[in-house]
Amino acid sequence: MSTKNGPASKPRTIIEKVWDNHVVTEREGAPTLLYIDLHLVHEVTSPQAFSGLRERGLKVRRPDLTLGTTDHSIPTYDRNLPIMDKVAEAQIVQFEKNCRDFGIPFFGPHSDKQGIVHIIGPEQGLTQPGMTVVCGDSHTATHGAFGALAFGIGTSQVEHVLATQCLLQMPSKTYEVRVDGTLKQGVGAKDIILNLISRIGISGGTGCVFEYAGSAIRSLSMEERMTICNMSIEGGARAGLVAPDDTTYQYIAGRPYAPKGADWDRAIASWRKLATEPDASYDKRIDIDASLLEPMITFGTNPGMGIPITAPVPDPTSISDPLERDSLGKALRYMDLPSGKPLLGHKVNVVFIGSCTNSRISDLRAAAQILKGRKVSPNVRVMVVPGSQQVKQQAQAEGLDRIFREAGADWREAGCSMCIAMNGDQLAPGEYSVSTSNRNFEGRQGKGGRTFLASPLTAAASAVTGVVTDVRTML
Amino acid sequence: MDNFTTFTSRLAPLPIDNIDTDQIIPARFLKTISKVGLGDQLFYDWRYDAEGKPLPDFILNRTEGRAAQVLIAGDNFGCGSSREHAPWALTQYGFRAVISTSFADIFRGNALKNSLLPIIVPPEALKKLLAAVTENPSATVTIDLANQTLTLPDGSRAQFPIDQFAKHCMLEGVDELGYILKQEPAIAQYEAERELTVNTLA
Repeated sequence: MSTKNGPASKPRTIIEKVWDNHVVTEREGAPTLLYIDLHLVHEVTSPQAFSGLRERGLKVRRPDLTLGTTDHSIPTYDRNLPIMDKVAEAQIVQFEKNCRDFGIPFFGPHSDKQGIVHIIGPEQGLTQPGMTVVCGDSHTATHGAFGALAFGIGTSQVEHVLATQCLLQMPSKTYEVRVDGTLKQGVGAKDIILNLISRIGISGGTGCVFEYAGSAIRSLSMEERMTICNMSIEGGARAGLVAPDDTTYQYIAGRPYAPKGADWDRAIASWRKLATEPDASYDKRIDIDASLLEPMITFGTNPGMGIPITAPVPDPTSISDPLERDSLGKALRYMDLPSGKPLLGHKVNVVFIGSCTNSRISDLRAAAQILKGRKVSPNVRVMVVPGSQQVKQQAQAEGLDRIFREAGADWREAGCSMCIAMNGDQLAPGEYSVSTSNRNFEGRQGKGGRTFLASPLTAAASAVTGVVTDVRTML
Repeated sequence: MDNFTTFTSRLAPLPIDNIDTDQIIPARFLKTISKVGLGDQLFYDWRYDAEGKPLPDFILNRTEGRAAQVLIAGDNFGCGSSREHAPWALTQYGFRAVISTSFADIFRGNALKNSLLPIIVPPEALKKLLAAVTENPSATVTIDLANQTLTLPDGSRAQFPIDQFAKHCMLEGVDELGYILKQEPAIAQYEAERELTVNTLA
């Protein structure tokens, strides 16, 4: 990666440009000190960082570049009811106190701006092109959809950013993910990213930042781009981004924290300079033909274990590497699935439509399109969890909540919910879910629970039939 | 952070690829506001049954695994979430190093900030180590960070790579936040020269 002191003539990628713009110091034998433009904080990964600040007598350096919300451990039932889990309640109360004590603006449980961190940043116009964005959450790459360099950090680093607004970082390699061609009906952003991860594996992007490019990416809406960037970490990359374009600017314009008037014109002029230069080179590259993609679904216990929905579950005996063979065998035992046949028709107990991957208004519209005028299978519990209170209000204004309720689905309050199963929304042991979230690890959605990751369309179709279903048969 | 010293230890083998942080410490234990007690929750769903009784076959419940300060794991250890609770749980349990063929980026960074040494070895070396510990469960390795050497049970030595700054911080017990705070003038200068982005207080 080039640096401030590197040769000026070398064409740069957007990844390198954003990095270079945020270098505070570079010292021999040490990581770069990188400035952070926006720090999002939530209740789960920050308490120990605030304790650290108190022990050292430090303040939050830039509360004006920091925002807090509660999303991970907060219940999704009626917010006027008390929180039943007292440990979760104590964490939420402590978080509120931390934000108050350190002067950090806070979208609390009763705020109409509350929501999943990665939903509310873009929604409020806080996430903007060319920024560095961090959060103590691995799905921070979501903000990369705006051409921001956005990545998840641990709690020690949360403390570093709170105290100094800076991070010590080593530069990453650059990885171009080029997706060209036109998607077929019933195939969307979630299928693109699940397809990428199934090809490169869950460590394929380790040490890298992805740049998603190509005509198929350009044709996606901002919400679809967010779905793709969101799951960069599932491909091993801490960050993934899309260069901003008119789609980006149209999305940001007029949002509460977006630049206004002359500031807007100046901002656009600088954002237009971010795109990767034509002769810039990447450390790695992969090409995907969007026109060949089918709806994707995962069958195993990591997000790389994905297949086109009509394809058979792979057979462990066909793998030569013993550890890989064991991993697949272990996954299929946990999932209690036979190899050699597709998942189509496999029973489903729960459908979860939500998470920072797929809980924006367009995701809910897609699910509603399938559920409208239909009923969910009596054998399936269906939870629809909007990503934010703003998404919830918009959905209700459009009557989507009525469609979900009439179909027999549960319409909930905003939060991470069953994606991480910290808040009481969870699978029972042995249950199968079709989930629009991002992780299918063992126990991720509840101890002993089994997750099939898929798009909102596939999830909604499977909710209706009660079995894993190819949505294209219902369009 | 304590200074990281040379040590010799038995090994706990967990030869599974892609061990994610949800396995290392399940999310339901992240509702804590402290770091206390996480060692007891390490690998909880692999370590205990539904009633909370230890599963006798799991390595941490076996005599040979209990005294180990070094975990050997399959490729891409620590993938998934950014939770620093993962290295906190590992170190509270008593682990000082994890040996694998690769580590997920965020986990590796978090481990280094908590005196937990991620040691990357080639696939053949990992296989050899797993074979040695299978043959003799009380086999030991010696880990010398200053010289970046891993002394294997047969007495042979292997070099392992590590970022030099992280090594310096671990050996000297350098406080990274203290190091950044000393760069205050440069941070202030950067802020003075940069254009405003957003204001969350507006």
